[in-house]
Amino acid sequence: MIYFVEHFPVLVVVISILSAITILIAGWIHRKTAWFISMATLLGQFIASLFILRHVLTVGTIRYRLGGWVPPWGIEYVMDALNAYILVILLFLALVCVIYSKKNIEHELPQKVVSFYTVYQLLITGLCGITVTGDIFNMYVFIEITSLSAYTLIASRGKIALKASFTYLVLGSIGACFFLLGIGFLYAVTGSLNMHDLSILLPPFYKNRVVMAGFAFIIVGLSIKMALFPLHTWLPDAHAFAPAEISAMLSGIIIEVSSYAFIRVAFSVFTVHFLKLLPIFDILCWVAGVAIIAGSVLAITQVNLKRMLAYSSVANMGYIMLAVGLSTSVMEAPWNGLTPALMHILNHALMKGCLFLAAGAFIYKADLWLIKDFRGLGKRMPYTSAAFVLAAISMIGVPPSVGFVSKLYIILAAIEAKKIIFVAVLLLSSLLNLVYFWRVIETMYMKRAEGGDPSHSTLISKDEAPFWMLAPILTLASLCIVMGVLWLAKIPMPILDQVNSLFGLSKMP
Amino acid sequence: MTEIVESLKPIFALSCPASASVLILMSGRWPNLRESWTLIGSVVQFLIILSMAPVILSGHKIECYLFTIFPQVHFGFKVDAFGLLFAITASSLWILVSIYSIGYMRSLHEHAQTRYYFCFALAILGAIGVALSGNLVTMYIFYEILTVSTYPLVAHEQSPEALFAGRKYLAYLLTSGVFFLAAIVFTYSMAGTTDFNPTGILSSASSSRSGLIVLFILFILGFMKAAYIPCHSWLPTAMVAPTPVSALLHAVAVVKAGVFGIVRTVGYIYGIDLMRELGLGGMLVSFAAVTMIVASLFAIAQDDLKKRLAYSTISQLSYIIFGVALLSPMGITGAMIHIPFHGFMKITLFLCAGAILVASGKKNISEMAGIGRAMPITMFAFMIGALGMCGAPPIAGFISKWYLGLGAIQSGHIVFLGLLLIASLLDVVYFYPLIRTAFFEKMPEGEVLKELEAKVDLYPGRLPILERERPLYLFMLIPIAITAAFSILFCLFPNLLHIYDLAQVAIRNLFGG
Repeated sequence: MIYFVEHFPVLVVVISILSAITILIAGWIHRKTAWFISMATLLGQFIASLFILRHVLTVGTIRYRLGGWVPPWGIEYVMDALNAYILVILLFLALVCVIYSKKNIEHELPQKVVSFYTVYQLLITGLCGITVTGDIFNMYVFIEITSLSAYTLIASRGKIALKASFTYLVLGSIGACFFLLGIGFLYAVTGSLNMHDLSILLPPFYKNRVVMAGFAFIIVGLSIKMALFPLHTWLPDAHAFAPAEISAMLSGIIIEVSSYAFIRVAFSVFTVHFLKLLPIFDILCWVAGVAIIAGSVLAITQVNLKRMLAYSSVANMGYIMLAVGLSTSVMEAPWNGLTPALMHILNHALMKGCLFLAAGAFIYKADLWLIKDFRGLGKRMPYTSAAFVLAAISMIGVPPSVGFVSKLYIILAAIEAKKIIFVAVLLLSSLLNLVYFWRVIETMYMKRAEGGDPSHSTLISKDEAPFWMLAPILTLASLCIVMGVLWLAKIPMPILDQVNSLFGLSKMP
Repeated sequence: MTEIVESLKPIFALSCPASASVLILMSGRWPNLRESWTLIGSVVQFLIILSMAPVILSGHKIECYLFTIFPQVHFGFKVDAFGLLFAITASSLWILVSIYSIGYMRSLHEHAQTRYYFCFALAILGAIGVALSGNLVTMYIFYEILTVSTYPLVAHEQSPEALFAGRKYLAYLLTSGVFFLAAIVFTYSMAGTTDFNPTGILSSASSSRSGLIVLFILFILGFMKAAYIPCHSWLPTAMVAPTPVSALLHAVAVVKAGVFGIVRTVGYIYGIDLMRELGLGGMLVSFAAVTMIVASLFAIAQDDLKKRLAYSTISQLSYIIFGVALLSPMGITGAMIHIPFHGFMKITLFLCAGAILVASGKKNISEMAGIGRAMPITMFAFMIGALGMCGAPPIAGFISKWYLGLGAIQSGHIVFLGLLLIASLLDVVYFYPLIRTAFFEKMPEGEVLKELEAKVDLYPGRLPILERERPLYLFMLIPIAITAAFSILFCLFPNLLHIYDLAQVAIRNLFGG
């Protein structure tokens, strides 16, 4: 018997492509329809992803054969706890961003509304594709779709963004080439592209130089895509000049889906046994540790808020990869295996999404880019600023926010892995976060307006972002706290436990 | 026999400031309504906390666990005698300071009052949470809430000086939070739990001797809120905050949370026996003694009244650390009861400083000549507080110093008693000049007249009583009178608000019978 839900993985991808085409046609007739179609599609996709998650948790892994072809010849879509979880996060943030874009895009790109939503849907298609697929070459294709739409969206701002987009294009293509080469090496050895099949065929070749080289190529390729320090150079400009919702998607989802791709390749195509043969993950920990510190230090030097947030993303990818690097050596529940990494993927999406959307609202209302111009913003846009503060203290790691929970879990994992140095790295990064975020908060709330006296600051009139922008920001900000409490109460933990048992990262009971 | 009582009272107690803060934020446009939320919240909270006392005094413990964070670590509250002692102190003083705040903030026409009351309520939430929490992780959560929520209060004035103070405040306290977190995590990985236990959760088997000592240093760094020297300089800087903030937060809630944490660490994480075994007591005593004496010397040099009080606070906090570090029953009793007693006395002093500022606009001691005649009630209360600080009977400070002295003898080192007495003597040295200036020096006449001519119809030859001038001033005078009265009553009846009994119960738990 095949459940209806088992068709959902493919539907999520297909309706997204179809809606891209529909938006193009319908938007040609009336351009107001573009937003409604995009939003309705994403809502549908999000609900479908929730059903998928529920099905995966209660019934088991979904395997969907495209066109009825039997793998490894045909392409297979596989949904297990890991990608069902990522899919929900992805579509949630995409939905939030599209709601936000209603007003913002009309303001920023009034001439390009239709093409924006068309390309946006293609971006979502690519992201969903990366997430649902069980075929490594198919994954490459979707990574390219994602990246191409991302280049376009970043460039949509026009002149100022062209250079940023071009840099991303060049580096992104290099990354994709590396990934493709890696796949080619694996194919040369095994003759298969299906992930499940590869994981069965590969073990005898684990000591083979070609396989090792292939793995190295894949790591480097994906590291560029996820902007792991020192391969992050494309990221700050791209984040800074893209429209707000695209910055939020870039930082909250696109680079994180690349880290998902990394996890998938490392654990599903290769296995824990392979990873333990080589000191790959130890090196990864060190690289990530450097990324955390370097990203934070670079963030401190920034004067532009969006660039600062971008560097903070570099640091946060470091957190995720550090957690991934520790995953094979930590078995003690509840911070075993991939739990801290996956936790931070969600948490970072919430925090950074909120921060970028709030930064976008400041630009929308007042065209404020530089931190020093934010004086009096706390009075002027009280709700947006409050949301920004919540997300910022969450980044700093003040309990009971999500940032605190991730940090705590990663620290506990580092202690169990006997890598005390990373405990120090994480704690230091908390302080660095404090330095660069507090500067913003202080300017927003505490610094007097030029030459003004605080008692006169009541004269600043309230000028808040419109509802359609405010609602997503406030939702994300409140989730930063609510999810923190939920994590502490371990309500979403069964999903992550299932992921760990899937990859053999938990203690057998 | 200790029996665990399940009760939601800790949650109710915390929900008072939590809901008050939300309501304050919502009713920012109606000042009277806004202030009444603060008052209602504080009174209800105090009653709830006080209602837990009988259960605790009969030797039971109140528990309320919400959910499990890690194996053996729950998010929840466990009220024991010592925690309740701190909770009673903070919540009772919140009522008085709320009343005082109304007078102070309105008289000075301060800006951003909604933010002020909102953050104040959150800070109390943090302090009470610290007091009632049952393990280190829960405590850490509230400890950080306390840090963050007091920042807007410190930087309230928004002048460059206040911003600097705020930055310094956060730099010190959040850094210390990081050390605290590190200490918690290491404790957890050594002991497998972070619950407070009267016999301690660490033992010499948990780690090597040097490991335990390093961990203890991490803990001490984590409690930088206790403002020991050399990590004290945030506290005098933070005195740019409005006076009620300095009073409640920097004499009671924030700094006492730090000291409270040290007591918890010594008594309930390490345990008295392990402390003795590691020889950490002696280290901590000498550390505290240095702070006691050096801070008093610093205090002598201050001319700004609030800064002098701040250094006095630094010195007095170390009395508490000193008492605990003696590791003797009497010493710890003294330390524990010094938390509320010092709280009441120091708050009297701060409130008086604020009253002087509101009535005469004076901040520096050198300008206060003759102010005792102009503000007799305030200065009388100030004198009570100051004498209490010096340890003169019949004021509360005498009782705590008495126990501290007994503790020093009980620990077998007479030299500690000597240190305590020297520190007390220094207290006299820095308070006496103030009292002399206020009461026995003449106010330069022209100055008074110039300031007050416009407002008051002066009788020739008679000094104006400043305290009568403003109607809102009553809001300030009554709390001052109450705290001063309590400072005396605590000496006569140390068991008022169950303080002495609670300390006794806590000591029985710690020392087992």
